[in-house]
Amino acid sequence: MSAQTIHKSQKVSKADVVFNIILYGICGLILLLIAYPLYFIIIASFSNPSEVSNGNVWFWPSQFTLDGYKELLRHGSIWMGYWNTILYTVVGTAIGLIVNISAAYSLSRRDLVGRKLITFYFIFTMFFNGGLIPTYFTIRDFHLYDTFWVMVLPFSVMVYNMIVARTFFDSSLPKDLLDAAQIDGCGNLRFFFSIALPLSKAVIAVIALYIAVAQWNSYFNALVYIRSENLKPLQLVVRNILITNQSLVGAGDGMAAQEAMRLANLMKYAVIIVTTVPIMCMYPFVQKYFSQGVMIGAIKG
Amino acid sequence: MRVMAENPMGRQRSGWRYKLYRAGRGIQRNWGLYLLLLPAVVLLFCFNYLPMYGVQIAFRDFSPSQGIQGSPWVGPANFQKFFNSFQSKNLIWNTVSLSLYSLIAGFPFPIILALMVNQIRVKRFKQVLQVVTYLPHFISTVVMVGIMLILLSPSNGIYGNLARVLGVQNPVNIMGEASAFQHVYVWSDVWQHAGWDSIIYIAALAAVDPSLYEAATVDGASKIQRLWHIDVPFLIPTAVILLIMRAGNVMNLGFEKVYLMQNPLNTSISEVISTYVYKIGMISNQYSLSAAVNLFNTVINFVLLLLVNGFSKKLGDTSLW
Repeated sequence: MSAQTIHKSQKVSKADVVFNIILYGICGLILLLIAYPLYFIIIASFSNPSEVSNGNVWFWPSQFTLDGYKELLRHGSIWMGYWNTILYTVVGTAIGLIVNISAAYSLSRRDLVGRKLITFYFIFTMFFNGGLIPTYFTIRDFHLYDTFWVMVLPFSVMVYNMIVARTFFDSSLPKDLLDAAQIDGCGNLRFFFSIALPLSKAVIAVIALYIAVAQWNSYFNALVYIRSENLKPLQLVVRNILITNQSLVGAGDGMAAQEAMRLANLMKYAVIIVTTVPIMCMYPFVQKYFSQGVMIGAIKG
Repeated sequence: MRVMAENPMGRQRSGWRYKLYRAGRGIQRNWGLYLLLLPAVVLLFCFNYLPMYGVQIAFRDFSPSQGIQGSPWVGPANFQKFFNSFQSKNLIWNTVSLSLYSLIAGFPFPIILALMVNQIRVKRFKQVLQVVTYLPHFISTVVMVGIMLILLSPSNGIYGNLARVLGVQNPVNIMGEASAFQHVYVWSDVWQHAGWDSIIYIAALAAVDPSLYEAATVDGASKIQRLWHIDVPFLIPTAVILLIMRAGNVMNLGFEKVYLMQNPLNTSISEVISTYVYKIGMISNQYSLSAAVNLFNTVINFVLLLLVNGFSKKLGDTSLW
């Protein structure tokens, strides 16, 4: 009997060993597929561009150079875009948090009269909207076209984030807490600011990350609503460099053009790194809050 | 009590009156909550509900100088113009096919990734795998398309390098090839977002009761059997909700990536409704036509969402609302 048990467990563990080999093999492959392109961009940004196009850059920089970054420093429009994007991200995240978190808290309260109706008012906009042209003319009517505020105010309500936060408040704030506070004469606003908010750092951090990433990467709103050069966010500037190759315009011909082309190619790698690294750096600070509670909130809603 | 018995109508009236009174008291008592709601309600009213009023320009011959009310009513003329144009069929087909392709290809990968991550016991490796798969999510669409242009360039980048090593003489320019457009679009999306989208499934798997695994192990279930019979069924409700949400958005294809990937060589495949709406509206200023195409798209999308949601309600009891 005991021999049979041992035999059985051996057979099971053999299947598990095969399983593990396949599992770690596939995961290693996935790791490589995602990490290598990112790594390649980093090393290419420090390499001589002709080495890159000759296919000599594989695992480390070839003929190390900082020319791409130096060229970038000379590109004034990038730094203007950078500054604008930082402003849009900071102000936009602040506004987004105020608007969405406070509404989410109210919606999480079961004793809110008209809760269903108000929830519908919000959710409906996720599935139906006026569309591009009517929204464009509304923005013009409010005199927000081509202003700083169009990037941070009109589209700051993000219903999906609101629902995530609502579910978090609903499931993680103990009901007795509110009862006790109300008996002590604590009003709704005071309860929200001095009890509910401090207890909800996790959801606030996660939603701040969502909004900040969306702001930093936003492109469409600027494309439609921003005309002035001095209001353009980073992504619009980067698009001109990476996709429409605008840095090559007016480069002349012959040797000068070839040199300009060489530098433009090199600068592309540098641009990718300079625009992406700052926002990626936010993730580790928020990572610890990505606990189950917050994420599950998204689907229960 | 006696009054109520004599006059049942009066009792009913006092019933709704009482309800109204209670509601009034509730609003009065919780005025702070309404104050907290106010900014979001006002912003949505101004920038989501007011434009819905403007949707009527789809039925008018709108010019900004005359305003919405001043522009002549033309009924369905704009819709007829769109459906009679040679592009309309192509546009709808491009939109639906690209959307369905992304939906079908993009849906299983986060689930598979989550199931695998959940099986890994080496903590360090698990962390590295998770962080690396999340990272591409933070890349903006603009930069992502830029990366694709660089890395898939036949003369530069990884693709060019590999082609040379393999001895391919004239590698095709993938980004300029119309037939490759949809594949590049969909698989680069999987590359970028599968990791991030798996977070929600990983979180769901963390809630599986460990005693289920113990019981299964005692019964001699192998790892793969435990995964198949415990983890997979556990993820199904989450997967269904996310599938409904995505299926309900089939016509709502993101504008940015398609627009950025467009070039003169691939427009026959890459022109979708959202890019068309942008071009005829914002670039050639045919406001009413653009609004009509947009409205058509929104309505189809809305109907699809209701259908998919109703269908899943009937099948099981998973529903969005």
